[in-house]
Parts: sequence; C-alpha cells; structure tokens
Amino acid sequence: MIQLLIKNSIWILAGFIILLLPLVFSSGFAISLMGLMAIMVIFALAYNMLLGQGGMLSFGHAVYFGLAGYFTIHFINRMSEGAIGYFPVSLLPLFGAVVGLFFGVLIGFVSTRRAGTIFALISLGFVEMMTAMTFILITFFNGEEGIQADRWVGPEPLGITYGPGIQVYYLIGTWCLISMIAMYALTKTPFGRMSNAVRDNPERAQFVGYNTQRVRWMAFSLSSFFAGLAGALYALHFEHVGFEAAGLELSGEILLATYMGGIGHFLGPIVGAILFTFLKGVLSDFSSAWYLYLGAVFLLTILYAPTGIAGLILRHEPVWKTDFHLLGKMVFPYLSALISILLAAGGVIALIEMINHVADEYSEGSIINIYGIAADTTSFIPWLAFGILALIGIGLCRLTFPIVTRNWDDIMDTLKERMLQ
Amino acid sequence: MNALMFSIFNGSLYGLLLFMLSSGLTLIFSMMGVLNLAHSSLFMLGAYFAYSITKVVGFWPAIIFAPLGVGIFGALVERYGLRAVHKYGHVAELLFTFGLFYVIEELVQMVWGRAPVPYEIPESLDFILFTWMGLGYSAYRVFMVLASLGIMVALYWLISRTRVGLIIQGALTHPHMVAALGHNVPRVFMMTFGFGSALAAVAGVFGGNVLGTEPAMAAQLGPIIFVVIVIGGLGSLGGAVIASLAIGILTNLAISYDISFKTFFIALGVSPEAVGLGQDLIAMTSGSIAPILPYLMLVLMLIFRPRGLFGTRDA
Repeated sequence: MIQLLIKNSIWILAGFIILLLPLVFSSGFAISLMGLMAIMVIFALAYNMLLGQGGMLSFGHAVYFGLAGYFTIHFINRMSEGAIGYFPVSLLPLFGAVVGLFFGVLIGFVSTRRAGTIFALISLGFVEMMTAMTFILITFFNGEEGIQADRWVGPEPLGITYGPGIQVYYLIGTWCLISMIAMYALTKTPFGRMSNAVRDNPERAQFVGYNTQRVRWMAFSLSSFFAGLAGALYALHFEHVGFEAAGLELSGEILLATYMGGIGHFLGPIVGAILFTFLKGVLSDFSSAWYLYLGAVFLLTILYAPTGIAGLILRHEPVWKTDFHLLGKMVFPYLSALISILLAAGGVIALIEMINHVADEYSEGSIINIYGIAADTTSFIPWLAFGILALIGIGLCRLTFPIVTRNWDDIMDTLKERMLQ
Repeated sequence: MNALMFSIFNGSLYGLLLFMLSSGLTLIFSMMGVLNLAHSSLFMLGAYFAYSITKVVGFWPAIIFAPLGVGIFGALVERYGLRAVHKYGHVAELLFTFGLFYVIEELVQMVWGRAPVPYEIPESLDFILFTWMGLGYSAYRVFMVLASLGIMVALYWLISRTRVGLIIQGALTHPHMVAALGHNVPRVFMMTFGFGSALAAVAGVFGGNVLGTEPAMAAQLGPIIFVVIVIGGLGSLGGAVIASLAIGILTNLAISYDISFKTFFIALGVSPEAVGLGQDLIAMTSGSIAPILPYLMLVLMLIFRPRGLFGTRDA
C-alpha cells in the first residue's frame, strides 16, 4: 500500500497542487486563468501524443478541440430546452471526447495516410476548411459570434450547480488529473511504444510487421479524443465557443506552447501550456507586440534549446542523482548567463516597444512608459540608452555562454570518470 | 460567354501569380526537403518593399530592387537560420519557418502598420488596353500576364538549358553526387533559397497592388501555395504550372458563377423546404466555398493519387 503511494507520489502531489491552488490565488481572474491553464495542459499533452510521441506535426489540431466545444454547447442548449434527456454536466467532457474521437477517426483516416510534411499540409488544409465552414454553416457554428450556453442546467447533485467559477475550476482540475494519468499510462503501453517506433524508424516498424499507417491513425484518434475532452471543458469554462476555438491561431499556439515546453518529455507540454497561458493572459495586455516576442522566443528555442524547457531542466537529472554538489559548479555560470540574458532582453524589448509606439497610429503622444521610466521617443537619448543596454547584454551573453558550456562539459567529464572508477 | 472568358483571364492571372510562388517553393522543397512555411511571408515582404520603393523612385525600379532585397533576405535566412537547424531534422526546420512566419508578420505590422497600405497600380499602366466582347481588359493585368509568362519561360530556360540549372537539377535528385563532383552544395542551397525568395517577391510586386497589400496577405495565400505544390507533385515544375492555373481558374469561376444547390433545385422545378443545417447547405453558394475549393482538391488528390499530378516520388 505504502509502496503504491510512493510510486504514485507525483500524481498525488499534482492532485494536491490542483486542490490547493485556489486557496493561494483566490481572485476570480486567477481561478479563471488557472482553469484555462488546466484545459491547455490537457490539450498540449494530447497534441504531444502526435508531435512528441508520434512524430506527426499538425497545424490544425484545434479542429477537434473546437468541434467538441461546439457540440458540447449545443448539447447543453438542447438539454436546457428539454429537447433531450438529462446528462450530468460533470460528465460532459466525456461527450466532448467522444466527439473529438469521432472526427479524429474520420479525418485521421485521410490525413494519417501520409506522415511528415504532407501530413502537416493536410492538417493545414483541414483547419482552413474548418474555419470556412464556421462561416458557411451558420445554424450550427453561427460565424463570428459563436454559440453561447448556460452551464447551470438540470438537477443539482450535492449542491453543485457550476454557477460559481470555483466549481468549474475543480471540475476542470479533476478531468485534468484524470487525463494526465491516462495519457501518461498510454505512453507506457505497447501502443505508446509502437507510436515511438513509427516516429523514429517507420521502415523498420513496417518490416517487423506493424502497419505504420494504422498506428498513426490510432495515435491521431486518441489524441483527438483528449483534444475533444479539453474542448468540452473549454466550452463549459467560457460558456461560449466561437470560430477562434477551432482555427489556425489556436492550433499554432498549442504547437508553440508544446514545443517550447519540450516535446521529448512528458513534463514538457505541461510546463509549456502553463507558462504559455500565464504569459498570454498577463503579458498580452501590456504589449501589442506579444506575438513578435512569442515568435522570436520560439525561433531561439528551435535554434539553441531544441529540447525545450523540460529538456533544459531534465538534463541535470543524471548529475543530481549521482552527486548533488556537482551542481554547485553551475551556480555562477547560470547566474551570470541569466543576468546577461535579462540585460539583452531588457534592451531589445524596450527598443521594440518604442518602435511599436512610434509605428502605432493609435498611440497618443511621444512619451512611453518603459519599466516605470517615462521615455520620450522623439529624443535620441532613450534610443541610445536602450541600444547600449541591448548591446552590452548581447556582448555579455557571448562572454558568459561559453563559461556555461565549459563548466557543463567539466561536470560531464567528472561524471564519466566516476562511472569508470 | 464573355463572362466566362473574363474569369478565365483573371483566373490565369491569379494562377500565374501562384506559379511564381509555388515554383520557388517546390524547388526549395525538393532540393533541401524543407517546406518553407514562411514562403508567402516573402511574397508579402516583396509587396511591401515594392510599395516603399515605388514611393521613392517609382514602380519600374521596384520590379528589380524589391525581389533583390527579399532574395538577399532569404539567402541570409537560409545561411544563418535553416542551416543551423538542419541538424535537428525536418520537423525542426518546418517549425523554424513556421516561427519565421509569425515574426515577419509582426515585423511588417510594426514597420508599415496594421492597416492595408495604398500600393497602387502604376499610372503609366492604369488604363483599359482593349475591349473584347463588352469587357475591358486592364493594361496592367495584361502586362502582368505577359511578365509572368516571360518569367516562366526564363525559368524553364534557366533550369533546363544552363549550367547553373544542370547543377540545380543534379542537386535536386543526387545531392551527394553533386557534392562529390566538387560543387559547394550548401551554397547551391543558399542561392536556390534566395532565388526562390526573389521569385516570391516578384509575385508580391505584381500581385500586391491587385490583391491588396496588408499584413494578412501572407496568411491568406500561404496555405494555397502548399496545396498547389502537393497537387502538382512535390518537386515538379510542370505540375506546379498546371495546378496553379487549375486552382486559379477554378476559384475564379466559382466566384463569378455564384451557384448553389438551390439553383439546381429550382432548375429542376423543386422548391427545397429545408430548415436549419440543411438550409445552410442548400444555400451554400459556390462563391462562398471558393476559398476552400483548393483544400477539397487537396484531400481528394491525397485519397486518389497521393503523389500528386506529376510527382515522381513520395515525400
């Protein structure tokens, strides 16, 4: 029993975190944002079943997310009209998941016939068709306005009405935990392993006797199942689904979030989704150039940290498992590199914000507030100051990054020596 | 009849623009295995560069300098971006160009604003050249068709008749052999990438003032050129020609003959009585589904002939 608890300690911990977070961050905005984070975690993990585990790059996975959302909204509306019988709201995500599965099986049959670039292009085609459909089939999708619903329907078991946001948060949290465990378990099944094999060496998988196309189809369908689950939760969370929930933009965002989190490890998409949702919810209010930063960080991730955030953290795992003290060697290089990155980013961001301020026809006056400093864009002093800051930062980066690499190589060498002893 | 001729003319015009974009894309793809998702962003950059250059020195120099600028930009992207990502595999390369798409769109919005810019047809060509069967054909559009045809012929000549073209053809199918013969294959890649970017920019210069120069133009045209190269067959220039023209003419016909299922029902003497979703489906006009026609063709093509019209190999 105890052993079982220890073995599953990470999930119990995750459960406690989900349970206790609203006590720490109790404002309405925070609870809503955390609910959205949990939804995106499910979606990102589902997406990573394709990209990370199956090697299929999709540009249109929001189709299954959005369709499930639309169907869920209609389901609730029919229920409140009394047109169909009562179905517990708490179990509606399952309905959404089945919708996602249905469309995943249907569309996946066509799109998973090919892998790689062609698969990516087909997914792009389907998401474009989906967006067009939301504007053609007005009765069902209602174009730009989308469909609304009231999640407060039917009987109220134990007083759960899903009126207040906190109840919806716990509903989302519960489903998030269940889906995380289910998707993790899935990676350990023979199917999960086959999915990896088809990603890494399809020819060999075929030779061993597996139908690669069928493995891809199955991975795609299961991924759509969980995407649909997330979509239904999204519909319950906002009580509204519009074309943006099924479009190219959300598909791109989930791709960026997953990749920046790290596609090589199960933890990656979780970290990516949480961080992405937080930054989007908080930062996009501050800057209109949010997408530029997002794209730039994405490019930098691909160029310099292709394993993502999770990969960066987890590469330290072998070190702290053998000798924790070795990591002390990295403290100074990491700190100095961090400071140089912050300096460079601070300078570059300030410059971009100033350019944006000048270029934006709606901004008023020449004064812009950067980091609490009122900068006048017509005078050259702030341009010069922030330009110098950026240059110093970039220069320091070029100095400190080699130190990080050198010390890291030292540690790796020490590890190897100890292993050989 | 004259409406038919007119939409075929406009469709071929659009198709030729698509060809200029897709020819560069398909060359880059078959040579490097990289599908450049930011290819339509280069088209957009071409249009914006042309707009800025036109304001200073006029339209004719813009035809030269805008593609030149974008071509250099493309070559730099290949040299310092894609080449570094190459070691992480094709997915990383694809993702890199995807990220580039975002960045270019945002940069364009920062420099030229979010609203469309007034990139106009040059005055010297802004007149009706001739009237045929009651419809006037604009001089600029005729010029566009002639110029695009000229580029098409020049491209064919370059690929099939010159030494550079021979090396490119060789690098397309046997990159290792070409390298073994002493050619600098990475440089060939860089040049091809720059050349493809310049071709996209030419399309931007010609198309920007007809289709409208705005930050969303890349996202609108991007997916369609991918459809073109899949339908035409990856790596096949001939396939790209036919697929571009087919898609261009088909979408134009769908828009100009605004028919729906309702038209058929009425022609048959039946008055359809459907409500809800059925009503939407019946009222769905060919004009409204014109934007998704290419994708429908893509799906059908992938079901029945996955390698495309003239594709010789699977991707």
